[in-house]
Amino acid sequence: MSKAIIQIRDLHTRYGEHEILKGITLDIFPNETFVILGRSGCGKSTLMRHMIGLQKPDQGSVFVKGIDLLSAGEKEREQMLKKIGVLFQGSALFNSMTIGDNVALPLREHTRLEKSTVDIMTRLKLDLVGLSGFETFMPAQLSGGMRKRAALARALTMDPDILFCDEPSAGLDPIVAVGIDHLILKLKKAFKMTIVIVTHELASVFLIADRIALLHDGHVVFLGDKAAFKKDGNPVVRQFIERLPDSEPLDGSKYLQTLIGDSFHGI
Amino acid sequence: MGYCVKPLAQITIVFGRRLLTFFVHLARIAKFFRDTLYWLLLAPWRGRSVRWGATVVQMVRMGVDSLPIVAVITFFVGLIIAMQSAYQLQRFGATIYVADLVGVSITRELGPLITAILLAGRSGSAIAAEIGTMKVGEELDALQTMALNPVGFLVVPRTLAMAIVLPCLTVLADLFGILGGLVLGAVSLDIPVITYINETTQAILLKDFLTGLTKSVIFAVIIVQVGAYQGFSVEGGAQGVGKATTTAVVTSIFLIILADLIFTALLFSTG
Repeated sequence: MSKAIIQIRDLHTRYGEHEILKGITLDIFPNETFVILGRSGCGKSTLMRHMIGLQKPDQGSVFVKGIDLLSAGEKEREQMLKKIGVLFQGSALFNSMTIGDNVALPLREHTRLEKSTVDIMTRLKLDLVGLSGFETFMPAQLSGGMRKRAALARALTMDPDILFCDEPSAGLDPIVAVGIDHLILKLKKAFKMTIVIVTHELASVFLIADRIALLHDGHVVFLGDKAAFKKDGNPVVRQFIERLPDSEPLDGSKYLQTLIGDSFHGI
Repeated sequence: MGYCVKPLAQITIVFGRRLLTFFVHLARIAKFFRDTLYWLLLAPWRGRSVRWGATVVQMVRMGVDSLPIVAVITFFVGLIIAMQSAYQLQRFGATIYVADLVGVSITRELGPLITAILLAGRSGSAIAAEIGTMKVGEELDALQTMALNPVGFLVVPRTLAMAIVLPCLTVLADLFGILGGLVLGAVSLDIPVITYINETTQAILLKDFLTGLTKSVIFAVIIVQVGAYQGFSVEGGAQGVGKATTTAVVTSIFLIILADLIFTALLFSTG
C-alpha cells in the first residue's frame, strides 16, 4: 500500500478535566474513503478538527501529506489548506454572500483568474452538485439539503486532494441524506480524491466507506473494511450494528444516592 | 485562628481569579491587536492585498448610512449648548460669545466624542454581532480552512473603513453642531449670521479641529477592535452573540471616554 496521506500519532485532547481523545493512531491512505464512526460526543468531530488544523492537540501529532499543520510555516500551511476541502456540519456558508460568491470566494482570493473564468468554474461546481442556476440565491433562501450541496460545491472549488465531511447527513431527511451520499460517491468516482467522513449514520457508512474506524470513549476500537466491520465481535461494534440501547444497570442504592445527592450522608 | 484565615483566603482567591481573567483578556486583546496590525501593515507587502472592495462596502454601511443620524444629533447638541451658554452669557450681555463656546466645544470635544459614541452603538455592535454569528455558524472555521485568515479577511477591512469614515463623519458633526448654534443665535439671540460665522472662525484654531480628527482615528480603532474581539470570543449560540454585542458597546464607549480623557490630559499638560 502507498504511503499514508494523513498520519495521526498518539493524539490526546482534553477539554478541561475531561479527556476526549486518549491516544489515537491512524493512517489514512490516498484515494480511499475513510469513515470515522462513533456516537455523539465520542470525539470524532474533534478528531476531524485536528486533521484540518483548527485545534491543537494536547499531545501527539497530525501529519497531512507529511506536513504538521500547526507547526508549519505560514506559506506552507496556506499551500496545504488550499488543497483541502471541508464540508462543515452546519454547511457554514457565508450568509452575507450569494451562493455563487460563496463558491467563487477561494478562487477570487487565491488565484488571479479572469472574472469570466471564475464565473464558469463556479457554474461548473454548482452544476456538479445539481445547483445550476442558484448562483444569485442567498444561503437563507435554500433548504438544508441544498445548502449542504452548495457547501460541498464550495469545498470542491479549489479541486482538493482531500475532502473532509463532518456529518454530511446531519439534520437532513433520509432521502435528501441518501442524495448527499450518492453525490459523494459520484465525486469519489469522478475525481481522485481522499475522502474523510465523520458520521454516525450506519446506512451511509455501508454505502460509501472503503475503510471504517469506530471511535469509542477516546479510543479506536475497530479499524478495517465494511465486511470485517459487519462480522466483528467487539460488543461496541455489535451494539452499533444492531442498534442496541445502552443497558441500564439496576443498582437501587446507587440510584437513590444520585437522587438525594450528598445531603443525606449522615443517615 | 483558622477562622480568621478563611475569609481572607476566600477574598484572595476571588480577587486573584478576577485579576487573572483580566490579564488573560488583556493578553488576548494585545495579541488580537498585533494580528490586526500584521494583516493591515505587513501582510500587504507579502503578497496578500487588503480587500478594498469589502472596505468600500463597510465604508458605505458605517459611514454613508450614519450620515443622517450623525447630522441630526450633532445639530441638536449644537442647539443645546447654544441655549445653555446663552442662558449664562445673557446676564453679562455677552451672547455673541455663544459662537465661541459652541465652536470650540464642538470641534475640540463633542463632535468627535458624540460621533464615536454613535458609531460604537451603531457599527461596533453590528461588528460584534456579525462576527459572533459567523463564529457560531462555523463560518470563521470555514474561512480558516480555506486558507483565509479571519483577521485579515474581516477585521482589516472594517478597521480601515472605520478609520477613514469616522474622521469624515466628525467633520460633518462639527459643521452641523456649529450650524445648530448658528440657528439659535440667529433666531433667538438676534445675532446676524455673518457676525456669528466671523466670531466662530476667529474662535476655532486649526489645532482644535485637527486634534479632534486625531482623536476620532483613535476612537475608530477602539470601536472596531473591541467589536471584533468580542465577536471572535463568542461562545454558545444566540445568547452568546447577544452578550458579546452588549459587552462590545459598553466596553468601547468606556474605552473611548478613557482614551479621550488621557488624550485631553496630555494636551492640557503640554499646553
